Amino acid sequence: MLSQIAYALPFLAEGFALTLWVSLLVVVLSLFAGVILGVGLVYGPAPLRWAVRIFSDTIRGIPILVLIFFVYYGLPAVGVHLQSFWAAVLALTLFKTAQVVEYLRGAVASIPKGQSEAAMAIGLTFRQRLAYVIFPQAFRRFLPPWINGVTDAVKGSALVSLLGITDLMQAINQVIGRTYEAMPLYILGALLYFAVNYALSYASRRLEQRFAFIRE
Amino acid sequence: MATSSNDSPALLDIAEVSKSFGSVEVLRSVSLKVAKGEVVTVIGPSGSGKTTLLRCVNFLESYDSGSIRIDGKEVGFRDGGARQRRSERDLAGMRAETGMVFQGFNLFPHLTAAGNIMLGLTKVRGKSKGEARSIAEHWLGRVGLAHKADSLPAELSGGQQQRVGIARAVAMEPKILLLDEITSALDPELVGEVLAVVKSLAEDGMTMVMVTHEMAFARDASSRIVFMADGGVSAVGPPKEVLAAETTNERLRTFLARFRASQF
Amino acid sequence: MGYTLNFNLIWRHFDKLSGGLLLSLELALISIAIGIAIGLVLAVWYVSAGRIVRGVIAAYVEFIRNVPLILLVYLVFYGLPTVIDIAYSAQTSFVATLALYSGAYLVEVFRSGLEAVPRGQIDAGKAIGLTPWQRLLHVRLPTMMRITLPALSNTFISLFKDTSVASVISVPELTYGAQWINFNTFRIVEVYLVVTAMYLVTGYALLFALRLVERWYRTAR
Repeated sequence: MLSQIAYALPFLAEGFALTLWVSLLVVVLSLFAGVILGVGLVYGPAPLRWAVRIFSDTIRGIPILVLIFFVYYGLPAVGVHLQSFWAAVLALTLFKTAQVVEYLRGAVASIPKGQSEAAMAIGLTFRQRLAYVIFPQAFRRFLPPWINGVTDAVKGSALVSLLGITDLMQAINQVIGRTYEAMPLYILGALLYFAVNYALSYASRRLEQRFAFIRE
Repeated sequence: MATSSNDSPALLDIAEVSKSFGSVEVLRSVSLKVAKGEVVTVIGPSGSGKTTLLRCVNFLESYDSGSIRIDGKEVGFRDGGARQRRSERDLAGMRAETGMVFQGFNLFPHLTAAGNIMLGLTKVRGKSKGEARSIAEHWLGRVGLAHKADSLPAELSGGQQQRVGIARAVAMEPKILLLDEITSALDPELVGEVLAVVKSLAEDGMTMVMVTHEMAFARDASSRIVFMADGGVSAVGPPKEVLAAETTNERLRTFLARFRASQF
Repeated sequence: MGYTLNFNLIWRHFDKLSGGLLLSLELALISIAIGIAIGLVLAVWYVSAGRIVRGVIAAYVEFIRNVPLILLVYLVFYGLPTVIDIAYSAQTSFVATLALYSGAYLVEVFRSGLEAVPRGQIDAGKAIGLTPWQRLLHVRLPTMMRITLPALSNTFISLFKDTSVASVISVPELTYGAQWINFNTFRIVEVYLVVTAMYLVTGYALLFALRLVERWYRTAR
């Protein structure tokens, strides 16, 4: 049994690498998209605010799995052909972007009104207020939940196995299909996911402590 | 000209300013002129519109009618009569002409004491980092905090934070300094150190408009006192006149009586 | 482009979706009921237990929270029966998984709720002579419920969404119904539009109803 699993290790490692790669892409892309949309939600004109609000509430209101299937099967139906890998990344990015939007909104909203007023009073323009007063503070409040939420991207990435992408989850299922060693392999997989996610949540807790002094 | 105490042209000219929050009229045709070098204290019961008036002066609040001019220039609206809000850039420039110190300090928690002061100097006044740093150190010295230049606000006491707040405002060399109940959030034993700083600024000739509940300080430090009630100026004059016990102004007498009762 | 929406086939097979939605709700409801029991027992145990028990409970919570739900679903349905001699339907297996999963989240919710009960209330309970058990039942748990109700509502809504993972072991809930229509009619965009609307309407209706319950609970007596 052990030798069979040992034989499959390189294959599993490839799947694990793909899981990390998908997660990284999703995290980076959603960070950009989410911050831009989040700023639109907080400071944009009313139509933009409404659009972002509807986007975020819709995405957060449906299961990720439905979102993944919708994008994967729905796009080709309307003539948009993406590789399954990129369809999966797109779907997960949409899901994660909605989260980032909410983290950003929460972080900005948590900064007392007096901060903008003090910044106005010394004559800073709107952009300067954002750049030098609001964002540096919002960043510290944004970071811990955001890092903590990276685990959602890693966990969510396991669903792309359903699209035939050989991530860690799919690699495990394939090795089980050959070896019939279900339990040891599922546990191995669980431990790998656990290791990544636990490290991430540990990092976010550390960051939270580090920034604690900044909170009044 | 009835409200002006002397004949020199007014640095701050508030003329018939009115403002409502919904159906509540918080300012009713308020007029007030402040000459260069004057220290004007605004007193009055809570809800009388003192703080709103102060916040209108640097356009943190807009107002519905009337005008507020500093050195002849309308603060929040474009020159030329039409009530058209100034552009963001213009407004920022006008606001830099007034300094404001807040009740809740509102120091930027992510910047050091010196950093708080340097932000406006570098980004608004366009000074170099080095120049801004030496100005910041100068003013921190003036408020007795030269040794705290590199401390974060969270590491300072309330009184120290407020003194940094004052230094931040005056370092911009504003034409007028606005002080909004700056000692109200402080523990009683920290009030003195902050008022001492204000007093020394007054002696240097800084033009100030302040809202305060510190009556003794108002009496000693002000050139004039404005008593506001129900959104309007109810009495104005030198401290001795306004704070006189035998005033005929009914509302003022009630206010002062309540004050004396709570003081002693 | 040039895709024409045609919902006729969706309505013809709508029983797959309506039945699926009901099953999704049922799965979520049974799972959270068991999950609440697990969460409550472990949370009460945790706050009064020694280091070893705390460590074990914390390990359970951290493990579940850091592993993808789909892996847990596979593990319980395909993995467990290979090592212990049990047999269960996909549905039972999924409910067991989701209950364990929600239990882990709810331990955290209840634990922080219990720790947020003001010291003074417990002292007041002691002062009028309540036994520890009575204090738990009449003072700590009711206060904790008030504090944790919003988090409980949120957990329930996200469990409702998580039931979609049951489709991977062919439990015929809403997402499974969607896939069936997807593969058998190819009205792909239509079916996911309808299913998205069904999840959204149900989810927000639940949220609204739960907020009403919270308000009622806060003001009751």
